[in-house]
Order: sequence, then structure tokens, then C-alpha cells
Amino acid sequence: MSTNQSRRDFFKTSATAAGGLVLGFGWFSSEAFEPGVLTKAAADTIDFNAYLAIAPSGIITIYSPNPEIGQGIKTAFPIIVAEELDADWSKVKVEQSPLDTKKFERQLTGGSGAIRHSWERLRKAGATARAMLMEAAAKKWSVPVSECSTSKGFVVHSSGKKLSYGELATDAAQITPPTTVKLKDKSNFTLIGTSVKGVDSKAILTGKNLFGIDYKREGMLNAMIQRPPAFGLKLKSFDATEAKKMPGITDVVSFGNKVAIVGKTTWEVMQARKAVKIEWEKEKDLESSADHDRIFKEMLNSTTATVHRKDGDVEAAFKNAYKVIEAEYQCPFLPHSPMEPMNFFAHFKGDSIEMAGPSQTPQNAQNQIAKMFNMAPEKVSIELTRMGGGFGRRLNTDYAVEAAELSSIIKAPVKVTWSREDDTKGGIYRPAVRYRFKASIDKAGNITGYMLHGAGMNAGNATRPDNFPVGAIENTLIQSNDHKSPITTGPWRAPITNFLAYAEQAFLDEVAMAGGKDPIQLRMELLEKAQKSPIGKLTYEPERFREVIKLAAEKAGWGKKKKGVYQGFSVYFSHASYVAQIAEMANVKGKPVLKKVYAAVDCGIVINESSAQNQVYGAIVDGLGHAMYGNLTFKDGAPQQDNFNKYRLIRYNEVPDIEVHFVKNGIDPTGLGEPALPPTGGAIANAIFKTTGKRLYNQPFAEQGATLG
Amino acid sequence: MALFNLKINGKTYKADVDANTPLLWVLRDHLDLVGTKYGCGMAMCGACTVHVNGEATRSCVVPVSNVSNATITTVEGLSETGTHPVQEAWDEVDVPQCGYCQAGQMMTASALLAKNANPSDKEIEEAMVGNICRCGTYHRIHDAVKLAAAKMKK
Ligand code: FES
Ligand code: FES
Repeated sequence: MSTNQSRRDFFKTSATAAGGLVLGFGWFSSEAFEPGVLTKAAADTIDFNAYLAIAPSGIITIYSPNPEIGQGIKTAFPIIVAEELDADWSKVKVEQSPLDTKKFERQLTGGSGAIRHSWERLRKAGATARAMLMEAAAKKWSVPVSECSTSKGFVVHSSGKKLSYGELATDAAQITPPTTVKLKDKSNFTLIGTSVKGVDSKAILTGKNLFGIDYKREGMLNAMIQRPPAFGLKLKSFDATEAKKMPGITDVVSFGNKVAIVGKTTWEVMQARKAVKIEWEKEKDLESSADHDRIFKEMLNSTTATVHRKDGDVEAAFKNAYKVIEAEYQCPFLPHSPMEPMNFFAHFKGDSIEMAGPSQTPQNAQNQIAKMFNMAPEKVSIELTRMGGGFGRRLNTDYAVEAAELSSIIKAPVKVTWSREDDTKGGIYRPAVRYRFKASIDKAGNITGYMLHGAGMNAGNATRPDNFPVGAIENTLIQSNDHKSPITTGPWRAPITNFLAYAEQAFLDEVAMAGGKDPIQLRMELLEKAQKSPIGKLTYEPERFREVIKLAAEKAGWGKKKKGVYQGFSVYFSHASYVAQIAEMANVKGKPVLKKVYAAVDCGIVINESSAQNQVYGAIVDGLGHAMYGNLTFKDGAPQQDNFNKYRLIRYNEVPDIEVHFVKNGIDPTGLGEPALPPTGGAIANAIFKTTGKRLYNQPFAEQGATLG
Repeated sequence: MALFNLKINGKTYKADVDANTPLLWVLRDHLDLVGTKYGCGMAMCGACTVHVNGEATRSCVVPVSNVSNATITTVEGLSETGTHPVQEAWDEVDVPQCGYCQAGQMMTASALLAKNANPSDKEIEEAMVGNICRCGTYHRIHDAVKLAAAKMKK
């Protein structure tokens, strides 16, 4: 989805339903701006562009296109617009836009890419409206625009007189929007970089119906769906005679290997579900965790790996090595476990369909549903609800498509809700992966050769072939194998790197030890090399890498003896951001106990300090919790954990102190929803090694004796 | 089916439901009080926490027939406009990420503070350990409980 630059600055004009003038940016497509789509705005509100409208009362409405999942985007986007507009934040109200592929591009949440992608255009949206307001004021006062400036929602003349944005809105909307506009000097930001509370906070804290699972419509039915209980099974037959007689039940239907139980209320549906008798039959292999162990071995010993990157001659390096270090690291399948289970509302109306629910990729859902019904995508409307977490799960659209299909079968508006058990057993997991590493060092402890072989279960390419330390070593080989398993997988917060980072960073520690180097020293030397004489393509900036390492080391007092404190280090580059972490542990009666995690983060300019801190804390807690406990195992294709009694999530009493520092470098913002997660596992594993002398090669750690808090 | 008169947030609500229906689903499906959330349905996550006669209670495992005479408070009843000290503290500390667990977190915290105006860290931990936050906002929850306690003393 690239944006055509010439279109991006192209403006369009059309009349509003309310009679005023609407100026729509045609930045995101050549289509005309459609007035009236954002019907929730006050009738007298005057739209300036796809992102903002100003009412004569002075209230500024900023439309936030991207789905909010807890990453703070619904607050961050408007902050950027308001900054360039020079708005008074207390007069800003934020509205979630529905899916609108004509007006917005990349209306999705994933890959920590929203801010990175929209930074420029959001700034322009604010700055253009500001320029129009200034011009309107200058006209009114008959003064040159150059004598005008803005401050907190007012245009101010050098003489001291001023007019509010609300007073100017109607006139300003008549002005031809400038084709080029000057953006603020970053040093003059007054809102960006401060702490702004989440715009939905009040609604969240008073229990308003914000989430998909809360969605309700007149005449709406509730449904639950029984999907195959094991991967590899398919529906043979079902008997719903009893279930259909139960109170509140309106329908039991099957489609696509599933049986849907439909009724008036969730609880009634849950009860009737137990009464449906279903027979399943084997369709594919029913894999158990023990099978996976064998399959991993076969893949790592195979000679048919796909090579992703090759620099120099790694075999020669190994042959001539002073020492060769080898290790294997493994992680299990993981469900995403968002607190709000999957759900979606659908109302099929024959030639169109209305959808509402939590989706990270509403446009994908729209396209798939349109395709299923042979409709034009415009016929599929999607209202975006707030999401109770997602962690990648809601990038898959299965649960929306399924709701659409069910509505079309029962010809009624229906909300499908997944139970926690459905959610945990429903697939699209973080793939299980095993890595084999091999490195050679010379007498001085310098790495001369480096090989990474990834073996994944439906992981695609389980490696990230250009990631550090690649680029700093003459001889490298990065390759992978993949096993096509019936167990479904998908992106999980920081896909692949959520585990690969741990494996790489732990292995680098092993190499540092073998070569008698301090772990940070080894990385700094490699980065210096990558900077001075990079080998092949370099996708990271060594200098920014080194800055976060230095900052973390300084804050944590790396290498300065602290009594009874054992430190582990890790650093990672992902989603265009750099994060270094140092974990501190104590040895309590032979057990490693985590006390503190320091994080140094370079994500460029921080938009919202409070939200950014929250994200980094959360990512560390997430990385820690899953490294410690996360484990989904299989027997004959069936997941063995289905709810929080068997699948353990990290709790209140288990989080260590966390200290977060951001690098202040004024660089345009990069990703933040994910990048702080990957380094955590490595920092902890390396600290565990320092504490106990034991290297942990597999996750979860808790099953190997590590404890928290 | 049986008719229940439920005392919730100072009002009386009527619900004609099966006596075994958990309070959670009566609130959400019948009474339109959706602030109380479903997370696990087995008292493992705390998302559904409400007050029953002042006690923090997992509404997903309480049949409605057990609470027909009880005084029930849900997040909507803490205060409609967010003026309860716990809501204020949660706002000031800017606790939520996705926000889904926070009603349950606040209900657990407010029940604790109503009984113990000055809880120690250990006591806060004992109360809050039953509430999962998948987004990992635990540090801020801790700060917010402390702040709410301070507010309530005033
Ligand atoms: S839904 Fe009641 S404790 Fe989880
Ligand atoms: S804020 Fe998302 S689960 Fe707690």
C-alpha cells in the first residue's frame, strides 16, 4: 500500500450536508472525499480534511482512523494533528473512524507501523488547516499573514488582537488550501513528547460499551461456535435435537467444519452447546508435542534448507576456527490470550452486510467477506470497536468472516462470541521454533563465522536473515526449514523476533564467554565493525544500536560490582526501533529471582511520554511472562491448555521493578508497540546464567527452575 | 425461568432468567451493564469482578439466585462520571492500555480500600493477584491503588 506522492497533496472540495464547505484531502486516493460518512460529528462541525473538523463553538474533532488495541494510537494520532494545528488539547475530541478505504490508507494495527507510516501526513493535516485559519484571520483584519501567528486554538495578530479557531472556522473553510505547508520546527513542539492521558480513559473507567464484545443491536442474536477440538479433525456429523429444544435457542447450523449454536443470550447458547452431540473424523495428521521434537530434529539435520543469506564461506571459517560454539534453542507454540476473546457482529442483508467488531486489519476482513458473498467491498461496512488486546491474533480475520457467514445462513443479525477455551484452542498461534547456532572464533575471541538454522512449525522463514550480528561478520549463513503442520499459526506480537531475539542474544553471550569477552564489549566491537566495514547489506544503524547499549549500561551500572546482583544483557533492533535491556537477578537459596529490568529505547521522537512508558513496561512484562510460563502443548492434535487455570499468564505479584529511558535524538518516530518485547527473554536468560551458571535453552523458563518476585 | 429483583448500583433491576445463570451474563445480556467483562468464566482472571455486599466477587461463577437479596455494585455504580477516588486515581496514573481488564481491577481495588484504608504493599498484592492484565499494566495499577488510598483519606 504505497502512497502516490502527487495524489497525497491533492485537495478536493465538496459541499457538506450541513451546507458549509468541506475541504477534503485526497491524499490517500484519487477518489473524492465523501461528506456525511462521519455522521457522529456535530451538525455544525466543519470538516477541514479527513482528519479534522472544527465547530464554531471551538470544539475540534480529530478522527482517528487506525484501530485501537491498547497501543495508544487513538490518542497519539490526534496529538500529532493537534500539535501542528496548534490546538488547545482540552478542546479536542477524538472519534474513531469506521473503515474507509477511500479516505484513509493503512487502517490497520500491526507491525508497529502506524506512527511511522502516518507521521508526515498527520502533521500536514494539522499544519494545512492552521495555515487556512491564519489566512482567514489575516483577511478579516486586512493584515498580511506574516503578521499572524497561532497559539493554543487562537490566531494572534502582532498587535495582540486574536480570534479563536471556532470563530474563524467557517471563513477558513472557504480558503483554498495551500499546496505546500511549513511544518513546525521539532524543537517548538509543545504537545508531542508530553504525557497525554488516553482519550478513551474516562469511558473505560466508567464501564461504557467500547469493545466488540459489548456490541449490541436491536434484534441481535448471540452465537457460539464449536470448532474441531483438535487440529487435523473435521466434522463428520452432529445431532442437535436436544440442544434445539433448550430455552432461548433459535438455531443450530453447521458450516465449514463447525457447528454454530444460536440463541437469545450468551449463557443459553453456552448451555445448549454442551447438548450438541458432534462426531469428528481424522482429516490430517494429529500431531503431539513429542512428534514436534522429532520433526525439529529432522529439519535441522536436513540438507534441504532454504538459504536466506550467505556472506563469505562459513564452512571454511569453521574449519579454521580456534574454537567452535554450537547450541540449540527452542520455544513452544503460544496462544495470544487477549483479555477480550474473539468476537464479531454481522448483519447480512442480502446485497450488503454490516459488520462491527475488534479487528487489527478491517480492510482484509472487508475484502474476504466481499469475496465470499461476491459483493463489491463497499457493500461490506465495518465499524471499528476498541480491542481488548490482540497481540497479533486480530490480524487474522477468521472470526469476522465466520460471523458474516453465519449471519448469511441464519438471515439475522448475530454476534459470535468465543469462550476463553475457544480462544485458547482456536489456533493461529505463535509457531513453535527450534534454532541451531554455530559460531567460530579466533584466538582473540573475535567471531569469524556465524550460522543460524531455523526450524519452524508453520513459521515460514523462522529467521531474520539481516539482523545483527549479520553484517558484522565476514562469513555467515542464515537458513531455515519449515514443517507444514495442521496446527494453524500467525503473527504474535513481534513475529519471529519474539523468540529469535532471545536465542540470538543468549547465543551471543555464549560466544562472548567462550572468547573471554564481556557481553557488551563483544556487541560494541561487532557494531563498530559493522559501521566501519559492513559485510553485505546492513539494515540497522550501528550508531543508534550503540547509543541504546551505552544508555542501558550507564543506567544499570553495568560491570560495576553490586553485591548479590547478577546482570544479564540483551539488545535488539526491530520495527525500526532499538531497545537494550539489562535484567538484574538475585540468588535466593540457589534460585534465580528477577529483581529489576532496565530498558533503553530509541524509537525516535516519543509522541506521548505516558503512553510510551506504558507500552515499554507492558512489552517487558509480556516478554517476561511468556518466557517464564507460556507453553501450549498438544496431544493428538488437541491443545492441552484451554483456560487460565492451565495456561499461566504473569500476574501482579510477579513483575520486577522496571526502569525505562528513551534516547532523545529528534529522529522521526518509529515503532513502539512491539520492539521492547524481543530483548526481554535474552536479558533474563543471560541473567539466569550469571546467577546460577545454568544456560536455559528452552522456553518456558519456569519449568526449568526460574522464579519471579 | 424465574423472576429476580436485583439491587444493583442503588436501583432495582428485574431479570427473568434461569436461576443458574451467572450474574455476569445477567448483567451483560439482560441488564445492559456491559462494563463487567468476561475473561475466563472460571474465576481465574478477575475481569468480571463486582461487589456483592461489599465483597469483591467473580460474577462469572455466581448464579443469579445466590445474589437475589444482595446489594450489588458494578463498575457503572462506582460513579457514573468517574468521580470515585479509584476511578480518578486510575485516570491520573493513566493506567489503561487496552482497558479491558480495568473495570475488574478497579472493583477489586475499591473493595479492598473500602475495608482497609491503608493497605500495605503485601495486602495490595494479595488483593490484586487474582486480576490478570494481559497488557501488563501492573506497575500502574499498583501506583493507582496507592493514589486512590491517599485520595480516600482526604
Ligand atoms: S471472567 Fe470471571 S474471573 Fe475471569
Ligand atoms: S489493560 Fe489490557 S488487559 Fe489490562
